[in-house]
Amino acid sequence: MARQTSPQRKLIVTLIAWTIGILMFWPILWTILTSFKTEQDAVLMPQLFSTGWTFENFGIVQERSDYLRFAMNSIILAFGSTLLGLVFAIPAAWSMAFSPSKRTKDTLLWMLSTKMMPPVGALLPIYLIFKDYHWIDQHIPVLVIMFMLNLPLVIWMLFTYFKEIPVDILEASRMDGAGVWQELTRVLAPMALPGIASTFLLNVILAWNEAFWTLKLTDVHAAPLTVFIASYSSPEGLFWAKLSAASTMAIAPILILGWFSQKQLVRGLTFGAVK
Amino acid sequence: MSRIELKAVRKDFGNLGVINGVDLDILDGGFTVFVGPSGCGKSTLLRLIAGLEDLTSGQVLIDGRDVTELGPAQRELAMVFQSYALYPHMSVRNNIGFPLKMAKQPEDMIEAKVRKAAETLNLTAYLDRRPGQLSGGQRQRVAIGRAIVREPKAFLFDEPLSNLDAALRVQMRLEIMQLHKSLGATMVYVTHDQVEAMTMADRIVVLNQGRIEQVGSPLELYDHPKTLFVAGFIGSPKMNFISGSVAARYGAATIGIRPEHIQLGASDGGFTGTIRIAEHLGSDTFIHAESPELGSITVRATGNIEASPGTALALGFEASRVHRFDAQGVALK
Repeated sequence: MARQTSPQRKLIVTLIAWTIGILMFWPILWTILTSFKTEQDAVLMPQLFSTGWTFENFGIVQERSDYLRFAMNSIILAFGSTLLGLVFAIPAAWSMAFSPSKRTKDTLLWMLSTKMMPPVGALLPIYLIFKDYHWIDQHIPVLVIMFMLNLPLVIWMLFTYFKEIPVDILEASRMDGAGVWQELTRVLAPMALPGIASTFLLNVILAWNEAFWTLKLTDVHAAPLTVFIASYSSPEGLFWAKLSAASTMAIAPILILGWFSQKQLVRGLTFGAVK
Repeated sequence: MSRIELKAVRKDFGNLGVINGVDLDILDGGFTVFVGPSGCGKSTLLRLIAGLEDLTSGQVLIDGRDVTELGPAQRELAMVFQSYALYPHMSVRNNIGFPLKMAKQPEDMIEAKVRKAAETLNLTAYLDRRPGQLSGGQRQRVAIGRAIVREPKAFLFDEPLSNLDAALRVQMRLEIMQLHKSLGATMVYVTHDQVEAMTMADRIVVLNQGRIEQVGSPLELYDHPKTLFVAGFIGSPKMNFISGSVAARYGAATIGIRPEHIQLGASDGGFTGTIRIAEHLGSDTFIHAESPELGSITVRATGNIEASPGTALALGFEASRVHRFDAQGVALK
């Protein structure tokens, strides 16, 4: 029997949901709106509305710094580090989920513990290594650092997804005569794909927004959009509208990606329940 | 069709012995049921036969061939799992056809066999659906279909009906029995439900703590349980056990009498009791009574009996139906 919901209850729940949604989205909304204001309005009228809307901030920002190069670097670093992460994390999570040993739990906890340390703690040695090997502002070393940063999380996420796959189904495929390769490609991969896809997406988002290391280890050549935004927050004073325009340009790709894949993600998360 | 033999089979998980030396001959074309309480090792034994677990020691033979070291696929057995274990991303057609595809059979032959299995199991209308769009009973039928298309040497069922509701369970029970008749295949069936075991099996293997307690036909186990454990496990409601002076009168440490073998209203040599609770099932009435000589006792009476709590009863045993056990719980001849 369907649960009865009164119209009032529905209204209240809807209002609360919208309020929370708007509150959470507020900073982004503010940034996007501000990016269309004149610099004067942005400072004088920090509220939502403006006297004159304008696109000029975007033009100025693109003129002043090469947005496309930063964006390309962001793509290389975010997607590259995530793909590299999956290459290592899939087999690792796989073996931990399907043939755990006595130490599997400890290993998982140990990996997570590396995320508990504030990154500042590792900054000095890593910076010195980068400096001595002339890795600063080089794509591959920065990519590797970002890969290592998120690896524990990627493994954890995949591990929980793989854990959800009933072992019975794998055993059934073995009974049905599937070899290791067929078990992997025909049974496991299709069932694991939604989990891998969500992990991939989340990690791309995390890597895209990662600012601590990219700000320290890159400068021009390998600098992603985080550096691009940061470059608007200082020397000649504060330019809210341009900073907002830069921010909007920086988050737009990932926002769009998230928007288009949300259907896939939700489907992925609820797919495959057999019992 | 085939004969499966287990020889001195042992399985340890770490220091824990789960199967403690089992010798068993599973007859060709028979319906053998492994039954026992949870944790008795019945599923593990089935998985050892399937090849999903490695033996610690002992041998598994199928048609005289030692398959102990072979993987599950090479044993040519099919298994139906409790959770159905269907491939969620495949249609019913592909689920049923999967083992044939793995065996690299030609497409048209796969299609023909899948059709035939679907007809047998009333699944033709659902061939293009995904498992997620089917009811529990239909899913279990798909799982059975996936098993029969392979024409395996034997079918292994691991508690296949325990996820279904009671009415569906009865129906599927009949369907599996019919399938057994029409295929004439060797079937091994694991359940914790002794009613399922009694109704389906031609041979029941009662397991307890990784050992076989008794092997026999349902009626053999019912009429001649060799141990207290089997006596208590087979039959519903449970057999009444009485020890002390009443048992001593029969020359035993413990005697057992089934609820249906106690007569009400017997006046000579009988016992007395008071009704505590009466369960009216329509066809039968289960009377739970308290007796000064016997303790708590359950009696199965006819359905239309008047039985209200507090009523005094006279109880008598059918002498030929009294089971006698020694202090070790072994039946006395």
